Amino acid sequence: MSTAVLRTEVRLFRREPGAVFWILLFPTLLLLILGSIPSFRQHQDDLGGLRTIDAYVPVAVLLGMIVGGLQAMPQALTGYRERGILRRMATTPVRPGALLSAQMVVFGVASLVSALLVLVVGRLTFDVRLPKQGFGYLLALVLAVLAALALGSLVSALSRTTKIAGAIGSAVFFPAMFCAGVWLPVQAMPHLLGKIVGYTPFGAAAQALNQAAAGHWPGWGHLGVLVVWILLLTGAATRWFRWE
Amino acid sequence: MPVIEVTDLRKTYGGRAVVDGVSFAVEEGEIFGILGPNGAGKTTTVECIEGLRVPDAGRVRVTGLDPVADHARVARVLGAQLQESELQAKLTVREALELYASFYPDPLDWAPLAERLGLGEKLSARFGKLSGGQKQRLFIALALIGNPRIVVLDELTTGLDPRARRDTWELIEDVRAGGVTVLLVTHFMEEAQRLCDRIAVIDKGRVAALDSPAGLIRRSAGATVISFTPSAPVDDRDLNALPELASVEHRDGRITLAGTDETVNAVITLLARHRITAHQLRVVDATLDDAFLDLTDDRTKEATA
Ligand SMILES: Nc1ncnc2c1ncn2[C@@H]1O[C@H](COP(=O)(O)OP(=O)(O)O)[C@@H](O)[C@H]1O
Ligand SMILES: [Mg+2]
Repeated sequence: MSTAVLRTEVRLFRREPGAVFWILLFPTLLLLILGSIPSFRQHQDDLGGLRTIDAYVPVAVLLGMIVGGLQAMPQALTGYRERGILRRMATTPVRPGALLSAQMVVFGVASLVSALLVLVVGRLTFDVRLPKQGFGYLLALVLAVLAALALGSLVSALSRTTKIAGAIGSAVFFPAMFCAGVWLPVQAMPHLLGKIVGYTPFGAAAQALNQAAAGHWPGWGHLGVLVVWILLLTGAATRWFRWE
Repeated sequence: MPVIEVTDLRKTYGGRAVVDGVSFAVEEGEIFGILGPNGAGKTTTVECIEGLRVPDAGRVRVTGLDPVADHARVARVLGAQLQESELQAKLTVREALELYASFYPDPLDWAPLAERLGLGEKLSARFGKLSGGQKQRLFIALALIGNPRIVVLDELTTGLDPRARRDTWELIEDVRAGGVTVLLVTHFMEEAQRLCDRIAVIDKGRVAALDSPAGLIRRSAGATVISFTPSAPVDDRDLNALPELASVEHRDGRITLAGTDETVNAVITLLARHRITAHQLRVVDATLDDAFLDLTDDRTKEATA
């Protein structure tokens, strides 16, 4: 890890208005739009008495991670490889790995900041309660970020060009959003579907976040699913990643 | 001890030996050129020295170290300008220089270096907005910024205008005067002739010749070219009997001979003996160009064989 490389990558991230908008602001904006619909602020029986807006907070939290980890990071990494930026760095005492780890830190931190913004804005505008099981929530959040970065790394490893990375990223993007509950929050999914979705990284993350938000310790099952995914995806990404 | 030693280097791509038994040694403080046609294996060879490619066979040592196994130590003393690379499009020139300077224990001051390379006005410009020549000059700066003992420059002046090319040559001469060893890949004869102490001519993955520029010219057939328009016809048998003659050519009453200094002396004696005046007599030394074509082009080889 090189702090100079990290500082540079943070700077470059701030120069990408697209990435800043979709990762940092869009999830909060989505929450604001949904919250402006009056019926979404009423308590729903099929959500266990929660309001739709409450159920969408974890979805918005995961959205930033999915965009950052699955779309933005693989684009950046495959671009660095494609254009010989990694190669140029490989001739210096700082190996190109420094660039990969800096990218992960940048997108990881950006999605955590995005999550924080969602929580704060949800609390201030729609009175969404902050997670009652704070530590459990943070743990689930960190594992979800790691899973998103691992998945993004695998996409980068498997994509020879930025075009392929874009195609794979989009192909995985919609199922990931579905599992996170963008179209139907996991609480509202039919039992069997919810169970299946619970075995996917973002489905497990959504359920763990919901439990922690409600004040329970997130189920070890969900956290375990996340850990297994992180290990599998990281292993595969390390195995297949090519520097050039 | 040589600072770079390459022994019987081999690299194969898709069953084709792209570098096929290359050996040479670069001494401390010299400017060593690698000259060769496109696809000869020059870039592959120097990228094995930079540790970017792993040789299939053979040995590469930089200051006695293996550039792959001992990468970090080699990278600290070796600055590289790659034939093809880029930087992050939104990184400014100043940020790039500062970033790369931070990688080395004892870097150069980047401001005078940028000034020297004509980048002083461009410090706030983003890499993606630079012209090809400006990018090239930035990469030369980045190769030097770590205050290296050795610089490897692959196609140093490609993309530079004639003025910038000459400035860059002066810079490289100054760098060498400071004790830095320079390994230069080029296909510009003028550049090789002006800068290099020794040149390895690489063709089809092999070293075709290794000598000083003057030595390469001397050993090529027809190092000196004599041409004149004789006032009276000259007997062909007399011409063909000239010592060390490489070729004779008649065109529009003008005679062109290739040979050596000895051929020149003999032809002047011959003409004087026959009281023939040589109008528009020209004696020209062959250039590195001629020597290069002679060494690398199969057709000329067959034609003169
Ligand atoms: N990574 C690679 N994969 C396959 N072929 C390659 C690779 N690198 C170089 N080559 C081939 O090796 C030959 C020599 O290339 P190179 O070393 O770049 O030559 P030069 O620098 O002398 O022009 C070329 O025919 C090129 O196509
Ligand atoms: Mg080349």
